[in-house]
Amino acid sequence: MTAAPFLIGCATGFSGDRTDGALPIVRSLAARGGGTLIFETLAERTLALAQLARNANPDSGYEPLLDDLLNPILASCLQHDVRIVSNFGAANPPGAARRIAELARAQGLPTPRIAVVHGDALTTREQHALLRERLGPAFDEMDVVSATAYLGASEIAAALRADAQIVVAGRVADPSLTLGPALAHFDWAEDDWVRLGRATMAGHMLECGTQVTGGYFCVPGLKDVPDIHTAGYPIAEIDADGGFVITKPDGTGGVVDARTVKEQLLYEVHNPASYLTPDVVADLSQAAVQTIGPDRVAVTGITGHPRPNELKVNVCHRGGWLAEAEISYAGVQAEARARLAADMVQKRLGSALKLRMDLIGVVSILGDDNGGMLRAQAPGNARDVRLRLAAEHIEAKSAERLLREVTALYCCGPAGGGGVRTSLRPRLNMVSCTIARDAVESGWTMLETQQ
Amino acid sequence: MMTPSPGNSPAATVSVPLYRLAHSRSGDKGNISNLSLIAWDKECYDVLVEQVTDARVAQWFDYRHPARVTRYEIATLQAMNFVLEGVLDGGVNDALNLDAHGKSLSFHLLDLPVEVSAKLAQRLPNVPGDALSNA
Repeated sequence: MTAAPFLIGCATGFSGDRTDGALPIVRSLAARGGGTLIFETLAERTLALAQLARNANPDSGYEPLLDDLLNPILASCLQHDVRIVSNFGAANPPGAARRIAELARAQGLPTPRIAVVHGDALTTREQHALLRERLGPAFDEMDVVSATAYLGASEIAAALRADAQIVVAGRVADPSLTLGPALAHFDWAEDDWVRLGRATMAGHMLECGTQVTGGYFCVPGLKDVPDIHTAGYPIAEIDADGGFVITKPDGTGGVVDARTVKEQLLYEVHNPASYLTPDVVADLSQAAVQTIGPDRVAVTGITGHPRPNELKVNVCHRGGWLAEAEISYAGVQAEARARLAADMVQKRLGSALKLRMDLIGVVSILGDDNGGMLRAQAPGNARDVRLRLAAEHIEAKSAERLLREVTALYCCGPAGGGGVRTSLRPRLNMVSCTIARDAVESGWTMLETQQ
Repeated sequence: MMTPSPGNSPAATVSVPLYRLAHSRSGDKGNISNLSLIAWDKECYDVLVEQVTDARVAQWFDYRHPARVTRYEIATLQAMNFVLEGVLDGGVNDALNLDAHGKSLSFHLLDLPVEVSAKLAQRLPNVPGDALSNA
């Protein structure tokens, strides 16, 4: 390859990630003649939470940290031809687009060309009938909050070809945030499965932010990471055949090496020969990585196969209430007192609530909800133990009983219990299925703004 | 599996936790957890291929009641990928676990003991003082 690679960086790996990752990426891309900046902010449940926010306030429903993400870099991106592509539109892409136009105006910038991707939300009667076909009668019983299809890269690519500077989407497959800009840049055919497979995996490497640059990686003594507190967000250099190099901006902490790249390559993958996205079935079963410089790793050997016929759909529905309550014990017989407290609460609640019990400091996260692991372990002599009890119930009032029983342990429970914390939260449950492509009317429009 | 033999002969083997040979990351989708297992090098990978079978991993995670465990080998990465179905109590939206994603499961895998030659064990990274390290 002699032509300059296409540069694309990713400044968030989820909604709630750091908001200062973009600036070093934008500086790096600007110095190298431009590129694309993406933000991935939409985990499976995030969109349903956004929909609930939009239900409460029609102007919200997009990424709550949108201002914090864009304000520091918007001017620089527009000035240096760094396009911005993101799913931060969540449940309200037009709302996010209007907000971005406002941010630009407030900074005295010329109005950017902002494209809005639509069609992911499945709201029509016909679409719901199709979902019922797949999900069965259970669908009728669901209090549905959101039903969305995973769109692919086509709409993003088309908007960029039409010279959008910013593309705001809701639910699109995470790697499509990278593939879309690459498609537009290289003008690949949308059935060029090999190149699509490769660029899709480049997107897969980027979509979790610092998970490929030393974040979520460090084990002191086994896998040390320099300056992990300032870990840079990743940049992919994609060539005209879809091959890519993963790197990070100069002057940032963290590390990109063969190990960080391999961990992220296999993250959330099932069969490595068949990684399904709306755009392509990527195949990393013969993938190889090679360190070609400091914090520079080339990924080769990836290929692709024709895309799945249907699109994946997530249906989020209200799932009752999650009650959690904790109390701590220390000193002599601390573990015995924590176990006694749990036993007391269970006896008082009877069969009204099925409790999960954890002894933080003894056994807490490895066991399953039935508690077999904890039961199999003989009571020990732990001297600093936090009891956690959790339960769910369709009615808030019933779930709340757990909170009241644990709180009452202050006076009625074993000696010396302290630090009670309780929480009661609505649950969102999710089921998945697929839907025919032609039942999803996806597209994009350029936001029209009044000057 | 090799039988541990005493003494310092070249054939002597020792039991060491997987974390001395490999690293791992968990991912979750619904009620399915995937655990990558990435060897430090070819010699370590050969140990994984021979000893860290899907049956052995299923047994190691028995307390999470996996419906099925599938092992995929990616020799070009000196890595394997384990897919554990039905181990997340319904998944992130349904489980009562503090770690509803099963993020910690990769570190349970890394505690699995394997037999390696004393010679190999000598050069493997270690965590002196860890209860399982067999330093």
